[in-house]
Amino acid sequence: MFPAIFTFLVLFTAVCAAGVIVCRNTVNAAMCLLLCLVGVAGLFVCLEAYLLAFLLLLVYAGAVVTLFLFIVMLIDVRGGAPRARNPLATVAGIIAAALVVGGLASFWVRGHLAAPAASATPALGASLKAYAYPLFTAYLLPVQVLGFLLLVAMIGVVVLSRKPDPGPKP
Amino acid sequence: MSLFFQLPVVIQMALKGLAVICVIFPIAGACSMAERKVCAWIQDRPGPNRAIPPWFAWMPIVGPALQKLGAFQLIADGLKFLFKENQVPGHVNRFYFVAAPFLAMIPALSTVTVVPFGAYIDPSGHTVPLILANLDVGILAVFAVASLGIYSMILAGWSSNSKYSFLGGVRASAQLISYELSLTLAVIPVFLWINAPGREGTLGLGRAVEFQSQPGFWGGSWFIFIMPVSALVFLIALFAETNRLPFDTIESEADLVGGFHTEYGAFKWGLFFVAEYLNMIIGSAVFVLLFFGGWNPLPWVPLSAVAGWFGLAGHPVVLGFVSVCIFLAKVLFMIFFFMWVRWTVPRFRYDQVMRIGWRILLPLAIANLLVYAIGIALIQH
Repeated sequence: MFPAIFTFLVLFTAVCAAGVIVCRNTVNAAMCLLLCLVGVAGLFVCLEAYLLAFLLLLVYAGAVVTLFLFIVMLIDVRGGAPRARNPLATVAGIIAAALVVGGLASFWVRGHLAAPAASATPALGASLKAYAYPLFTAYLLPVQVLGFLLLVAMIGVVVLSRKPDPGPKP
Repeated sequence: MSLFFQLPVVIQMALKGLAVICVIFPIAGACSMAERKVCAWIQDRPGPNRAIPPWFAWMPIVGPALQKLGAFQLIADGLKFLFKENQVPGHVNRFYFVAAPFLAMIPALSTVTVVPFGAYIDPSGHTVPLILANLDVGILAVFAVASLGIYSMILAGWSSNSKYSFLGGVRASAQLISYELSLTLAVIPVFLWINAPGREGTLGLGRAVEFQSQPGFWGGSWFIFIMPVSALVFLIALFAETNRLPFDTIESEADLVGGFHTEYGAFKWGLFFVAEYLNMIIGSAVFVLLFFGGWNPLPWVPLSAVAGWFGLAGHPVVLGFVSVCIFLAKVLFMIFFFMWVRWTVPRFRYDQVMRIGWRILLPLAIANLLVYAIGIALIQH
């Protein structure tokens, strides 16, 4: 039964991912993104990576897509008629698509990873410690650098979105 | 019992799911009834006391007593929701309008599976929690799946194509995300404390209860005594997350008519209502497990002590039943507390809700986390 569920989830995720870019209505696209993330979380559960599945739901499905919807609704209540296509954007899109296809193709041709030994994978997915310990030891620097990057982005948003000071009130 | 485990896995899962619906749905319905009765008592009026089917009216004493308690009003209301015309207004986005109430039910019903609701003692003397899906990531799963409930409010508000609904939906997305931060930060000290060095790390809710059932003064005291600030922050954030007064700005009938569900009626409106109570029940259950000792009857009196007094250790079914009753009693008290607050404290204005969330609750939660992180590091080092 589980292979069938896995196959279903793979197809579901792929269809939803396609929906994100095909849908002209921005709210529909955001909802497709949400379903796509739920599908990926389901795939993680099938692979017994429960922590990753729930983190994905918590951070992306629960918070990030909510903010997408929030902004889409604030900018355009009706969900938005799309703007006319810019020819430059079409060229950029084609190049980006070619890069993605090329990357996937190279992975398909020679990117096969050796499967880890069955004895190395624990029965019900890795324990929390297996995730947490490397994060705070071996990967401490990347984690801190990423955190710093996010902080810089946040400060940038605050600076950009501040209204200019109207000067002292008379 | 063994017959159940011989069934195919799919049927076992289906039966478990059915059990969740059959147990939780009536509790949520009863809560909606209790809310009306509690609010009536607080406002010094009788509350619903008329509805009664004829065959109960023929009973001499029991019938009128149940009528006075308003026990049949629940059935009357439920049937009314089912048989009313299930109309969809002409100006709405039909697909999302119909989908939103069902979206509200999915997270509410699926979080129940990772919440333990009782325990029994196995022959080797270990206390084993009763739970549908015993996951390592317990509390994270509750937070993750519960955070999806917000989409029902946003979509309901957006698809209704009405100003009031839309404002409710926008408020929902801002308020729920704001308070999720405090909610998550408030439970971190608990899990820092229970994941002591040398133990297998877990975020399971059963472990939190296990830690509150140890012998000794510090071992047996509930976390509400050890971490009162965490409990307070968690409770306040829970009120905001479950959209209850005084943080009821999403519905806010004074300025938004009905908020995100202004355009809804009949059964679809009823689903929103049930989902709100389901979220309250699950939030209360998590609060009881983390801070009120779960299925332990009193502070410093664990379940195993009770089992010892009455000789119940050898009867897992009886002990399981007792523990579920203790746990449910606490959860129902918490729900009563929710109602008590609702009919006592007036609603905050929307800007006040945001100010409380970002300027008071979040700094308090961060300071609390820092103090406890340093303290726990010093004690457990």
